[in-house]
Amino acid sequence: MIRPVADEAEHGTGLQLKSITKRFGTFVANDAVDLDIRPGEIHCLLGENGAGKSTLMNVLYGLYQPDGGEIVIDGAVQHFANPKAAMAAGIGMVHQHFMLVEVFTVAENMILGREPGLVVDLKAGRATVRELSARYNLPVDPDAVVEDLPVGVQQRVEILKALANDAAYLILDEPTAVLTPQEIDELMVVLQRLRDEGKGIVFITHKLREVRAIADRITVLRRGRVVGRAEPGTSENELAQLMVGRAVDLTVSKQHAEPGPVRLEVENLTVTNSAGAVVVDGISFEVAGGEILCVAGVQGNGQSELADALLGNLPVLSGSVRLDGHDLTDGTPKRAIIAGMGFVPEDRQHDGFIGSFTIAENLVLNRFDRPPFAKGAALDLEAINGNALRLRDEFDIRTPEVQNLGSSLSGGNAQKVVLARELSRELAVLVASQPTRGVDVGAIEFLHKRIVAERDKGTAVMLVSTELEEVEALADRVLVMYRGRVVGIVGPDTPRDVLGMMMAGCSYDEAVALAAAAPTEGGDR
Amino acid sequence: MSSVHDAHVPSLSDAPEQLDFTVVESRDARRARLSTGALIGVVGLVLAVLVFSTSGVARFALSDAFADVQLPTIELPGAPVVAVCAVLCLLAAAGFISGRLPGRWSMLAGIVAGLAVTLGFLTWAAAGKDLPFPVANQLAGTVFTATPLILGALCGVVGERSGVVNVAIEGQFLTAAFAAAIVGSVTQSIPAALFAAVLAGVLMASVLAVFAIKYLVDQVVLGVVINLLASGITGFLFDQLVQPNSRVLNSAPTMDPIPIPLLAELPLIGPVLFQQTILVYLAIVSVVVVWFLLFRTRWGLRVRAVGEHPEAADTVGISVKRVRWQAVLVAGIFSGLGGAFFTVGSVGIFSKDLTVGNGFIALAAVIMGRWHPVLAATMALFFGFVVQMASQLQTLNTPVPSQFLLMLPYIATIIAVAGLIGRTRAPAADGIPYTK
Repeated sequence: MIRPVADEAEHGTGLQLKSITKRFGTFVANDAVDLDIRPGEIHCLLGENGAGKSTLMNVLYGLYQPDGGEIVIDGAVQHFANPKAAMAAGIGMVHQHFMLVEVFTVAENMILGREPGLVVDLKAGRATVRELSARYNLPVDPDAVVEDLPVGVQQRVEILKALANDAAYLILDEPTAVLTPQEIDELMVVLQRLRDEGKGIVFITHKLREVRAIADRITVLRRGRVVGRAEPGTSENELAQLMVGRAVDLTVSKQHAEPGPVRLEVENLTVTNSAGAVVVDGISFEVAGGEILCVAGVQGNGQSELADALLGNLPVLSGSVRLDGHDLTDGTPKRAIIAGMGFVPEDRQHDGFIGSFTIAENLVLNRFDRPPFAKGAALDLEAINGNALRLRDEFDIRTPEVQNLGSSLSGGNAQKVVLARELSRELAVLVASQPTRGVDVGAIEFLHKRIVAERDKGTAVMLVSTELEEVEALADRVLVMYRGRVVGIVGPDTPRDVLGMMMAGCSYDEAVALAAAAPTEGGDR
Repeated sequence: MSSVHDAHVPSLSDAPEQLDFTVVESRDARRARLSTGALIGVVGLVLAVLVFSTSGVARFALSDAFADVQLPTIELPGAPVVAVCAVLCLLAAAGFISGRLPGRWSMLAGIVAGLAVTLGFLTWAAAGKDLPFPVANQLAGTVFTATPLILGALCGVVGERSGVVNVAIEGQFLTAAFAAAIVGSVTQSIPAALFAAVLAGVLMASVLAVFAIKYLVDQVVLGVVINLLASGITGFLFDQLVQPNSRVLNSAPTMDPIPIPLLAELPLIGPVLFQQTILVYLAIVSVVVVWFLLFRTRWGLRVRAVGEHPEAADTVGISVKRVRWQAVLVAGIFSGLGGAFFTVGSVGIFSKDLTVGNGFIALAAVIMGRWHPVLAATMALFFGFVVQMASQLQTLNTPVPSQFLLMLPYIATIIAVAGLIGRTRAPAADGIPYTK
């Protein structure tokens, strides 16, 4: 099913990127990339993080100027000095991080950059929104302030914005990263409808399942080069191999859990954020040694705050947290660390890792102040260095020198540093939030194995994840959170659609009934 | 059609729902509420103590002695009024501390407490004195004193809405004041002096713009440096050039009040609002102009977009750097006008560092005014009121050291601000240089 690169046909119509090269300093982000997009197709651009997908699309959208190659639309060579030129040529883009001004209304966002007169006429803006909404059947309230809208609706606004000047080609950069399973399904329907209307759609992703579900054609990028083109029928393993460049084991092999005694007990925990919203609302659960409890839920339903409160990083309003019998309620992170909590924060760059510190220093951030890494008030640099060299080998952290700055590492390797730091000591519980977000397939495999190994050592593992794949691969039990509450705690073999509906707030029984009522079409599993 | 997750639910697109969590008081909010209550309570107690040193009648003159229409002088019984004010403060404090005040009421309680502190304090100071407290002078002086603060605040609002933090309002004031004095002295023309001031303000703004927008220098550090630069240059030129020739170079004309026909005759309001200099009128008009520019024009929409989410503006074809340049330069016009106040707008002559921190008070007004032109101007008026009151009270000969007098109004400010202003949110990209 995988065709060699060379036989891509030349087309008179459509959009072609010919031999696009883009360098940042000495780093070649795109190396003579060819890509052609035809009207009326969904073209998936598949590749790991850092493979050059977004760079390529930013070149196409006029945000970057290519160092070589050309863009051809319907036979005519184009030069896009800025996004405005690209838009004028019929290209629309939906960015991974939405390009919406959060404090503006939908209508204001819609007219921004193409305001008709000197004085802002919001009536016209509202009319545009309504008209586009009706035409593409994407309902949205023109007067709603963007930050008040759920993420799926914000994305709808982005799509409408991209379509506003009759875009013939629509680029979507990792559009599913922030969506619920239901929202993803809806997006797929919308994209298929747009395709049937004749739009050429570029769908950038690193999720194999989505590619198989929606792509008409697939182009795989690796390290800035096109390494293959594939038909939609290609298996996930084949695609993964193409993407990573070696055989990848997509299934995590793990033994059945043998839960030991309960280690982490959370009772009636209630937590508010700084604005006073009750984001964790009377949650109770237990995690035993030797099991992985996955906290599943759509982003923003209180999971992050739950993890932060366990660490002692957010004040607890009521309830209690106990670890191996020690009371950790409303404690400090230091107390939690001493009691044996390993913590992998959700936002690695922001909370887990200091880019301007060396890799060796990053590896002892949780223990630099006591032996063996400290001698009295001084750091024991030799011990810190030795520790770093040992962990580099054990965790396969790809860096020539542990004295390099943390910021020199790729996302996957930075995450390995965080995990190595947390797992390199005796733990009672590991609390990990989104440990594989922004991490490439190869590193995910490794991180998953390490987490399972930690479980098998008898550590209680609480894993917060918004990715159903990850939940299915790792969980021994699944706790579904919705609006700060526990919807239910279910077994790992709960069907995906039931989990999806529970993440939208249905109870287990309702979800099962709904799933049974709606006939599934065999699906892709 | 195959679906990615095989999930089938009733469409979510019909009702875009929000994740609305129950809201309770967070720990931070609780702490803020209790400390506000405690502060108001302490001030209330101070007022209660002052009741015992209040004797006689406090008189407030609503019009000055020369006004055509004489309004009556209000006489308030000293001790009872101070006592009532003290009780109001203590009630407001109790309200805050008990936590039983619903949202709107806590705002009201803050306002009441602020007013009660001011009135109680004034009554105590004026009670038993021969001279009445001149209310008309106080209010007219408030508007006059607040003029540079309003203009400076507008400068800050426009710049910061576009994402450029401006700590250099003080330096822009100083340079503009200097330019106005020199040009005014040489030409003996007020319009020429104003023009020179605006030019100087814009010039200093362009220094800010070059380093903040083009060279991505940290904007707070940059602002401090510009202030030092302005102080150094004007000080040097003053010593070397102006001082030796002060008859030619430091004798600028000053603005006369221009009464507006009919309106100026209104009792109380007339002298306060309609017998002012052209600069005061310009400041008031500028508030409306800036509001309109920011919230009703294409340019304003772009300025705000660039200050909130520059990448978003960039992707729809707006040049972030150009819009920021425009905003900073336009902001310079207002700081230039504000600077002119200190020389041609009031005393006419320049002296070293004569702006004495007004630029920083304007900056405070920007932040307390939540980056909104009208609110920021209101805050500037509030500061003007405080400064004016302090100078009025000194003439009343109160038994308390004058430093204390100068302090208490600021406490009132803090209380009012704590009660009125909860969450402030700066433009999201304020102070962050934009690079691709």
